[in-house]
Amino acid sequence: MPTIIAVQNLTKTYASGHTALKNINLDIRRGEIFALLGPNGAGKTTLIGVICGLVRASAGTVLADGHDIAVDYRTARAKIGLVPQELATDAFETVWATVSFSRGLFGKAPNPALLETLLRQLSLWDKRDAKIITLSGGMKRRVMIAKALSHEPQILFLDEPTAGVDVELRRDMWAMVRGLRDRGVTIILTTHYIEEAEEMADRIGVIRKGELILVEDKTVLMAKLGKKQLTLQLKTPLAQIPTELATEPLDLSADGNALTYTFDAQSDDTGIAALLRRLDAHGIDFKQLRSSESSLEDIFVGLVHAQS
Amino acid sequence: MNFYAVRAIYRFEMARTFRTLMQSIASPVLSTSLYFVVFGAAIGSRMGAINGISYGAFIIPGLVMLALLNESISNASFGIYMPKFTGTIYELLSAPVSYGEVILGYVGAAASKSILLGTLILITARLFVPYSIAHPLAMLGFLMLTAVTFSLFGFIIGIWADGFEKLQIVPLMIMTPLTFLGGSFYSIDMLPPIWQKIALFNPVVYLISGFRWSFYGQADVSLGLSLGMTAVFLLICLSIIRWIFKTGYRLRS
Repeated sequence: MPTIIAVQNLTKTYASGHTALKNINLDIRRGEIFALLGPNGAGKTTLIGVICGLVRASAGTVLADGHDIAVDYRTARAKIGLVPQELATDAFETVWATVSFSRGLFGKAPNPALLETLLRQLSLWDKRDAKIITLSGGMKRRVMIAKALSHEPQILFLDEPTAGVDVELRRDMWAMVRGLRDRGVTIILTTHYIEEAEEMADRIGVIRKGELILVEDKTVLMAKLGKKQLTLQLKTPLAQIPTELATEPLDLSADGNALTYTFDAQSDDTGIAALLRRLDAHGIDFKQLRSSESSLEDIFVGLVHAQS
Repeated sequence: MNFYAVRAIYRFEMARTFRTLMQSIASPVLSTSLYFVVFGAAIGSRMGAINGISYGAFIIPGLVMLALLNESISNASFGIYMPKFTGTIYELLSAPVSYGEVILGYVGAAASKSILLGTLILITARLFVPYSIAHPLAMLGFLMLTAVTFSLFGFIIGIWADGFEKLQIVPLMIMTPLTFLGGSFYSIDMLPPIWQKIALFNPVVYLISGFRWSFYGQADVSLGLSLGMTAVFLLICLSIIRWIFKTGYRLRS
């Protein structure tokens, strides 16, 4: 897939001396959903800020659909829509007025039919004449999305789109994001919710202390780093793992009732059969067995911890 | 040129003005009218004419200037300060607009409002005090030049301000004294010689003098000097704004 955003050697050092981004290189592919994960203060918002024009880069370049965001900012910015993390709206404006304003600000001729479709999709049509101050938090979030989409951008940035949003609305938002991707919009989202990245993203980037420590296809990432675990519920509790079995990757639960065996899901020989024979030989019997695959969250936590 | 963006900003700002009609139009017109009633119609009738102009008529240009300066500054500064305060500035910063277009939208709207206000005050003044305008075109020219220049100045204050207090300080603590001491209520000639010299350091003297000339053909300082000083101030404001956008001062980190 061709690249739509190319970030090259991007560094940002704030006036305070804090370096928020360290030599970031990242290609976003046209039409994908890219999730940027990272702990608080990792530099996610700064990275988005630089690409969208809110923050000045200290070094490096960013190309949006081939246009340098600093030199050819008009063309570059017209292609981008941004929904920032903070709810910032003009309290006394109506929904319709604020969305029309956004479209004009991005240099597009008025198109009431398009805005109507947009507001209907976001379930805001009934509220078009309402002042923003009268809307709920979830609605305000949708107003901000409508504003970002009003100029038909090819690239959409969603900075923590579902922070503080209830489950139902989160599902709606996911559906909307997928709909946009189906129409060819490239979406870059940052999130704290790993399940969101797992659910939505085609590729995942992990950023930590200003450094991009990993960019990978979600499925590849999960397969590569994914570990499977087999948990055995024992018939009789064990005081400790028999010394003969100490070499096996086994963990005994605190109450001695469960044994957990960790294995590589990719390997041909998982070692399960051999383990079960050895357990049997030691007279360890179990009443139940359950296997589980590590989630993206486990992978993420593992990554961030491993490098700190 | 992103025409749609300029129009969007201009309309947004004008809508804000008309949404707060009482505060933004009615209140300055009322307070200025009170001056005309008190100093023009009531006290003015007991005061001697200045250079052949009745006192009530004499103070009109200065009072219009007072309202024009304060309103231009507070309008333009508020216009750009509010998005910074609420956070909606993100949209402006991420939009494909040049700084010239941002200025055209915000300062254009603030100046338009000031000109509208100045005109309303002049019309209202006619109800209390008879006056004539010797050079209507020059009067309009001064009105527009002052509105634009001080809206630019206000825009700078709005960018600089990081709290509501700073927003109020310049109009209240600097512009009001300068206007009162700048010959709104008297001719500079009436001051003792030493104060006449000091008064020449007050930029508002040149504005009021030129503006009064357009009404009555009389001025404290020459017309050329009035225009020159206003132009200098305009250029200073433009250079500061250029610098603000170039460095991202208080806009882009």
